[in-house]
Amino acid sequence: MRHSAQAAVFAAAIAGFGAAETRAQGVTVSISCGAVGAELELCREGAEAWAAETGNRVSIVSTPNSTTERLALYQQLLASGARDIDVFQIDVIWPGILGRHFIDLAPHSDGAEDAHFEAIIENNTVDGELKAMPWYTDAGVLYYRADLLEAHGFEPPTTWAEMAEAAAAIMAAEREAGNNGMWGFVFQGRAYEGLTCNALEWIDSFGGGTIVDADGEITVNNPAAVEAIATAATWIDTISPRGVLNYAEEEARGVFQSGNAVFMRNWPYAWSLAQSDDSPIRGKVGVVALPMGGEDGQHTGTLGGWQLAVSRYSANPEVAADLVMYLTSYEEQKRRAIQASYNPTIAALYEDAEVLDAVPFFGDLYATFTSAVARPSRVTGENYNRVSSAFWNAVHRTLSGQQEAGASLAALEGELQGIRRRGW
Amino acid sequence: MTAETEARLPDLADAQPRAAAGSELSQAKVRSALLFLAPMLVVLALVAGWPLLRTIWFSFTDARLGVFGEANFIGLANFWDPEGFGLLQDANWWRAVQNTLYFTVVSVSLETVFGMIVALALNVRFPGRGWLRAAILIPWAIPTIVSAQMWGWMLHDQFGMLNDLFMRLGLISAPIAWTASADTAMAAVIMVDVWKTTPFMALLILAGLQMLPSDCYEAARVDGIHPVRVFFKVTLPLVYPALMVAVIFRALDALRIFDLIYVLTSNSRDTMTMSVYARQQLVDFQDVGYGSAASTLLFLIIALLTITTIMAGRVKLGGEVR
Repeated sequence: MRHSAQAAVFAAAIAGFGAAETRAQGVTVSISCGAVGAELELCREGAEAWAAETGNRVSIVSTPNSTTERLALYQQLLASGARDIDVFQIDVIWPGILGRHFIDLAPHSDGAEDAHFEAIIENNTVDGELKAMPWYTDAGVLYYRADLLEAHGFEPPTTWAEMAEAAAAIMAAEREAGNNGMWGFVFQGRAYEGLTCNALEWIDSFGGGTIVDADGEITVNNPAAVEAIATAATWIDTISPRGVLNYAEEEARGVFQSGNAVFMRNWPYAWSLAQSDDSPIRGKVGVVALPMGGEDGQHTGTLGGWQLAVSRYSANPEVAADLVMYLTSYEEQKRRAIQASYNPTIAALYEDAEVLDAVPFFGDLYATFTSAVARPSRVTGENYNRVSSAFWNAVHRTLSGQQEAGASLAALEGELQGIRRRGW
Repeated sequence: MTAETEARLPDLADAQPRAAAGSELSQAKVRSALLFLAPMLVVLALVAGWPLLRTIWFSFTDARLGVFGEANFIGLANFWDPEGFGLLQDANWWRAVQNTLYFTVVSVSLETVFGMIVALALNVRFPGRGWLRAAILIPWAIPTIVSAQMWGWMLHDQFGMLNDLFMRLGLISAPIAWTASADTAMAAVIMVDVWKTTPFMALLILAGLQMLPSDCYEAARVDGIHPVRVFFKVTLPLVYPALMVAVIFRALDALRIFDLIYVLTSNSRDTMTMSVYARQQLVDFQDVGYGSAASTLLFLIIALLTITTIMAGRVKLGGEVR
């Protein structure tokens, strides 16, 4: 129904103003936005500001929270050439998978992409075409309850071992004090893309590589990676509830924000929500880089982040591209950073006093955001989903206690070799 | 796919009367019957036959989502491949087959037992029976996605009411992550399915119970036979044909289970069924060829099981009627 209404509006626009008019009055552009945390509201505000400025209309389509399901939805829409959505919000790992369905944005950008992080622009460029504009970047960070750490005499941890020790001690003390629902650490442990992000961080923090290296070699079965996954498996039922094996971002935030966890691994968006007026933990939260594997490990975070792309099946690609350029502009990224702690993709914004005032850790963790570890989506191309699914299933098997870390990663290696022979 | 298999059932049941058709008059009748049936057959061919054939065709190609046009014929490589990537060589596929069969057998058995109990209770005359019959259908009437999401929340380990209830009753000491642990995920899924589909089973069995002749029961009462004996010697044999139809319907439905499992446990391998596996290949991995191969096998397995069940059921039916 939306489709036909849109077509009618478009037809009216053609008849009234002529096809040459790039900013046809009253054109409706539909944009897909995520609905994690404050995302949807923020997207609506930005898009409506653009609509008011240009005289067009926007319709917001909210999409599933799980990235895996969102990709599935997009693939079905795009594979059938549906015109229902003009602007797609896409994950940093998707340009390779979905690129062929999007238009080249370079002719519409007027060189705006030069101000953004180069690595992300490179990631979004497929066969020389700029398939998407960076909207916000992401890297996993460690949230902690500053009040609880201080009360029990702990410093923010720098290694996973310190984190587990502090979590166990604080959890035990809090439970003794009658706070029975208290847990030590929550993260994203459901068998989906989020677990791949979490587990990649564990492995990388132990110096265990990135599952598949830049040359396409399978590196996941190594002692450091085994140690990383084995370490994570010890958390379940000790400092992490077993239910974490079915948590995505919002479930983990639900537990942490209601005051029932000492530590949480999550993306930066959780900061402004934890600090919002109705949050029970307002003013009690701190953020540090994710812990190192050991003394010789490293701080890391999986590169996440979302881009905006214009469907090549759109009835008004030019108008849609204009919306994309508006939403990814300096001003709009600044508003999103201040209001909801979404990481800008424009380097200059990390030196903006107003932004740093609203989200202090953007300054401290700048290095984490710029040197985040990328998932092997470029090198594995269209097979990335298969690789990721095999990986998260292997990790999930170990976390749920079905298979030792060593055996699980050895089996994964075999499975990845099978996928690789299909070609990446 | 299921529309076809379900449509086949009445055919087999009505096979005998058709054999009488022979004279010229009945031939004319058959012709006009075919004429009346033709529009329906065309629609069926379009909505069920064409997609089925297309899926089977895709299973012999390397088609990928988004670029259907570039598909190449690769023979049986999706099923059996010398290098070991065929569907029949994939441990995950066999795991999915095993999960599906386990789910089907356990859930349909439980639903049959509970459905029978409910049907027997509803078959007794008592005030408000009509209302109760309607009310018991509510779980069946709620769309599966809605009820699955609802159960997903009730089963949640931190704020689910089920854990709260059990902990207050002292049945468990710590919250259980029903849908997350490998040991309880399948049980949770089966429980929700039993909750949802027992009413349907009960309704089908109830319809069968109401057709039973009352003279057998009167005879049994006159002879003073124990009710349990009456159930096993009179009710069960008589209601058996209706029960078989109900079981076949449910089994067909259970073999292609997707929505409930996908909502509750997503793509987890512990509960992945054949349909979930096929969808993951088709959509998540964009591998239309391989996914179609999985769909085709799913179709073959269901068709095979249906035929065997019907055959086995008929043989027994013949023996029962004396």
